[in-house]
Amino acid sequence: MAEMVKVGMADLNICHAPDAITTLGLGSCVGVALYDKSKALAGLVHIMLPDSTQVRQNQNRAKFADTGIDMLIEVMEKNGAKRSMLTAKIAGGAQMFAFSGNSDMLRIGERNVLAVKKKLKQLGIRILSEDTGENFGRTVEFYPESGDFVIKSVGKPVKTI
Amino acid sequence: MQEKQRSMDSMEFDVLTEIGNIGAGNATTALSQLINARIDMRVPKVEMLSFAELAEVVGGAETLVAGILLSIDRDINGTMLFMLESSAAHLLVRRLIGSGADDDSSFTDMEKSALQEIGNIISGAYLSAISSMTGLEISVSVPSLAFDMAGAILSVPAIEFGKLGDEALLIESQFKDMDIDISGYFILIPTMESYKRIMKSLGLGE
Repeated sequence: MAEMVKVGMADLNICHAPDAITTLGLGSCVGVALYDKSKALAGLVHIMLPDSTQVRQNQNRAKFADTGIDMLIEVMEKNGAKRSMLTAKIAGGAQMFAFSGNSDMLRIGERNVLAVKKKLKQLGIRILSEDTGENFGRTVEFYPESGDFVIKSVGKPVKTI
Repeated sequence: MQEKQRSMDSMEFDVLTEIGNIGAGNATTALSQLINARIDMRVPKVEMLSFAELAEVVGGAETLVAGILLSIDRDINGTMLFMLESSAAHLLVRRLIGSGADDDSSFTDMEKSALQEIGNIISGAYLSAISSMTGLEISVSVPSLAFDMAGAILSVPAIEFGKLGDEALLIESQFKDMDIDISGYFILIPTMESYKRIMKSLGLGE
C-alpha cells in the first residue's frame, strides 16, 4: 500500500514512488515540490517566509525560501537524488484576505512566490508548472511515480499541474 | 526586536491569558446582544501552540472555517484574527438574519456581510476590553472575511508569528447558548513594539 507522507507548516520531507507527499491547507505559504524523475524521488517543503536574513529567529531552515530549498536539496541528495536532474513545481502564495492598502503582511504570499522563483533560478532548477497567487487555500499532493502535482481547493475542481 | 522578548515567561503568559479572558468576556456580551439570546462563556483557553498543532484545535488543516481579519493601529499596531468553525459561522448567521443554510454550503453575499458584522462586533468588543485594561488606544480597520481551509486561514497569523519563533498564541473561547456550543478563536498579533507597549502599560517588561 502506497503511503502519503505529510509535511507540516515550516517543514519538509521526501518520498519515493509509489508513495506520495502532501501538505494541507497552504495559504500564503508556498509548497515547493522538487523531483528527480530518474530516481522517482520527490521532496516537498512548506515555506512560510521569503528571507531568513530578515529574521533573527531563523534556526528552522525549512521555514524560509532561501534556506528551505537548499535544505530540501541536501536531504534529497543524501537519498540518492542528483541535483542536476531536479525539476520543480510550486503552489500556494495566496492572499487570503482582501484589504485596501498594500502592507507587507498582506503581500506576503506574493513575496514568498517571488523569493522561491529567485532561489530556484539561482540554483538552475527549472519550474515546470505552478499554481500560485489568488485568494484561496490549496492542499497539494505530489506523486513521484507520475510527476503529477495535484491541487485541491474548497469549491473548485481538482487540478493537476 | 530583542532577545529577551522572545520566550514568554509565565508572568507574561498570565497577562495575555487575562487579556484573553476580559476580551472574550466582553465579546460574549456583544454577541448576546447581537443575536438577542443569553450566552454563557467558558473560561477561555490560552495556548502557545507550535505551527503543527495550530490547525489541530479546529480538527486539522483542511477543516472549513470562517476567518475575519482586522488590522489595528494607533497605540497598538498589528492584526487580529477571529475564527469560527464553519458550522458555528452558519449558526450565528442564521440567528442573526434568519436565513437557513446547510453547514457545508458556502455563504451568500448577504450572509457574508452578516458574518463580517459579527466578526466586527465581536473583535471590536474584544479589543475595547484590551484598550480599557491597558489604557492604550486601538483603532480597527474594516474587517476582511475569508471562508477556507483552517491551514490556509491560519497561515496569515502563523507567518507573522513565524518572524519571531515557531509558535503562535491562540485564545479559544467557547460560547454556550442554551443547547449549542459555539467555539470561537482569537489570535491577536501585536507588532513587537506594540507587544512591549502592552506589557509596559500593565507594569511589566522593561
